[in-house]
Amino acid sequence: MITELGHFALILAFMIAIVQMVVPLIGAQKRWPGWMAVAEPAAQAQFFFTAFAFGALVWAFVTSDFSLRLVTLNSHSAKPMLYKISGTWGNHEGSMLLWVLIVALFGALASVFGNGLPQTLKARVLAVQASIGVAFFAFILFTSNPFLRLSVPPFDGQDLNPLLQDPGLAFHPPFLYLGYVGLSMAFSFAVAALIEGRVDAAWARWVRPWTLAAWIFLTIGIALGSWWAYYELGWGGFWFWDPVENASFMPWLLAAALLHSAIVVEKREALKSWTILLAILAFGFSLIGTFIVRSGLLTSVHAFANDSERGIFILMILAFFTGGALTLFAARAQSMQARGVFGLVSREGALVTNNILLAVGCFVVFFGTLWPIVAEMAFDRKLSVGPPFFNAAFTPFMVLLGAALPIGAMMPWKRGKLRRTLYKLRYAFGLALALAVLAWAMQTGRSGLGPIGLFVGAWVVFGAAVDLWGRTGSLGRMLRLPRADWGKATAHAGLGVTIFAIAGLTAWEQEDIRVAQIGQPFTVGAYSLTLDSVERARGPNYFTTMGTVSVRRSGSDVAVLYPEKRDYPVAKMPTTEAAIDYRLLRDLYVVIGDQQDNGGWTVRTYIKPLANWIWGGCLLMALGGLLSLSDRRFRVAAGAGRGQAGSVKPTGVAAE
Amino acid sequence: MTGLKPYFGALTLALAMCIALLPTSSAAVQPDEVLGDPVLEERARELSQDLRCLVCRNENIDESNAELARDLRILVRERLVAGDSNSEVIEFVVDRYGEYVLLRPTTTGANWLLWAAGPLMLLLALAMAGGYMRARGRAAAAEGDADLNDEEQARLNKILDQ
Repeated sequence: MITELGHFALILAFMIAIVQMVVPLIGAQKRWPGWMAVAEPAAQAQFFFTAFAFGALVWAFVTSDFSLRLVTLNSHSAKPMLYKISGTWGNHEGSMLLWVLIVALFGALASVFGNGLPQTLKARVLAVQASIGVAFFAFILFTSNPFLRLSVPPFDGQDLNPLLQDPGLAFHPPFLYLGYVGLSMAFSFAVAALIEGRVDAAWARWVRPWTLAAWIFLTIGIALGSWWAYYELGWGGFWFWDPVENASFMPWLLAAALLHSAIVVEKREALKSWTILLAILAFGFSLIGTFIVRSGLLTSVHAFANDSERGIFILMILAFFTGGALTLFAARAQSMQARGVFGLVSREGALVTNNILLAVGCFVVFFGTLWPIVAEMAFDRKLSVGPPFFNAAFTPFMVLLGAALPIGAMMPWKRGKLRRTLYKLRYAFGLALALAVLAWAMQTGRSGLGPIGLFVGAWVVFGAAVDLWGRTGSLGRMLRLPRADWGKATAHAGLGVTIFAIAGLTAWEQEDIRVAQIGQPFTVGAYSLTLDSVERARGPNYFTTMGTVSVRRSGSDVAVLYPEKRDYPVAKMPTTEAAIDYRLLRDLYVVIGDQQDNGGWTVRTYIKPLANWIWGGCLLMALGGLLSLSDRRFRVAAGAGRGQAGSVKPTGVAAE
Repeated sequence: MTGLKPYFGALTLALAMCIALLPTSSAAVQPDEVLGDPVLEERARELSQDLRCLVCRNENIDESNAELARDLRILVRERLVAGDSNSEVIEFVVDRYGEYVLLRPTTTGANWLLWAAGPLMLLLALAMAGGYMRARGRAAAAEGDADLNDEEQARLNKILDQ
């Protein structure tokens, strides 16, 4: 019964979205207040019914209603409750329902918090947002309906992939989708502004919080996925340049660019058309990501051919929204009057540099991800583009970005002097350089990449500190700086920490593979490890082979680790459960393998310096975004005009 | 089987398949494969990172658990022990398994476009940004002229002189 109600609610939400798409748009064109006013209640009702439909699906999973095809395929009555719930979005149909739920959620939020918006703009934003909803409601109802029943329900379900039964992965998709789909708000604002034919500082102030929120969620989602890969896949890799990962990384890069260019629109009323274009492209890449993941085109061409209906549907959605928005952009871009004037060496110039590097980086990832398909279709070459390519082709842009960041962040608006800014940063530069030289001296015969990355990371972190300090010169006044300034410094420092950690980890990781005999200690780096025992045991739904490894360092105990190898007999699938000793400066990562003929066990040990800092840096970035989002100027009524109240930086202006 | 994927699902599924293909194997490089000569072993590890496990998704043979990856790892080491240079080993593997095995694509044929795409795009973007800034500069100069009439300009000069 609840399932049918959910199904019905979904169809109702679809109908409401159609009304919300058409009526306010006409109303805004004809200036009919009554028609425009439809948008608000429609957005909220659309969200209500979508949430009801989603709730009904969650209910079906929680109660293990195996008369639902989707539940049978993806759940099992004995599965822990957490994974029953996360199983709702752990499949194609459910995840698309989550997707459209978030589209509706953002629309409803805009209708609630958008009080300061001009009536026509608000009506148009909500109408565009609804049109995205319509497309995905249609996609779900016509190709991926989660509410289909089975005529003969089985006794039990087919379970979820054991690798996915993990808390890190359970919450990874909702965050990622909040980020992905959050960008639809920036898209709706951009398209609405194109229809209005007006972009000004106020517009940028409205669009920026939505982009910021989306970017924060995307950052957390990507970090969660990467962390999961690190501890679950058994050898501690954290980024694979897999098409599915790239699909989330590309919108992240563009959203980061959009955040920065929107500042220029807000503060200086320049870069308007570029910002609009970025907003369109950022969501365009979200759609491309959905297409990549959902069509299976990049997994294998065959998977796509076997089930092309969905892929082609999403491709049509992608073509309609990006193509349509870009056409509108081409027709209307000239009407954006740029106002602000600035020199090459200025904050504006620095933000343009930021945008160029992020956008080109995104382009490289995009090109590399799609190249195998292009090569196969156009040149009849079956080839791979893997991590070695991305590391070589993408990293230089990030190194440039990191090198330019502290200078750009301290540059005054309109016109700056490079020498003056560099002078302020001399201590940060010296300190970072000293650190890099120290690292260089301490490592023997390893690549220079570690020290370079360390330098860039430290330079960005120290630069952020100098930026905060230099603005005030005293701790007390520093604490009274606007939250946006703190947010900026924190997020930048987070990026620095992540760069620092990635450089350290890749350059100084130590690895040891051996056959360990029980009771015989072996040495890895500064540690002495002993495989004390290996036991076979039974888990709830798996068999496990668990080793006990004691770790000592210069005679004293450091940790006892229990690496496991599990076998899931039902799914016929083994998994490795690495044992990790997390410490501030390094992780000790131990994996146990098979028993060898001579009675010993394969043991793999990694010392991973700075590993935690990678995700710590991501958290700092997200925290910085949060601080910035809570800044006063976003909280005061956005309609208060174009004044730059709340963001006047005394020393920043005085530097001119 | 597009239906089984949450976000990382595709990756996981491929990994799971890799593992499932070989229920008796454990992970990646095995102790019995490791060469006695540490220099050769180091080279083997480096080469392995650039070679793809053909039955997995986006995994190199150094990390893969599949039997085929193990065969390839042993093959690479055999060639190294036989005295091949790195490029000879790669050539040997590509001759047998095709270009698909390379995770680092070559620069031959149309592939130059792949490698040049980033730098070319950067140049293009810089040129566009430069053009935009120059245009803005000129527009600013024009606006500046329009905004100040002679009288205002004279006053401004007076102020600046002080």
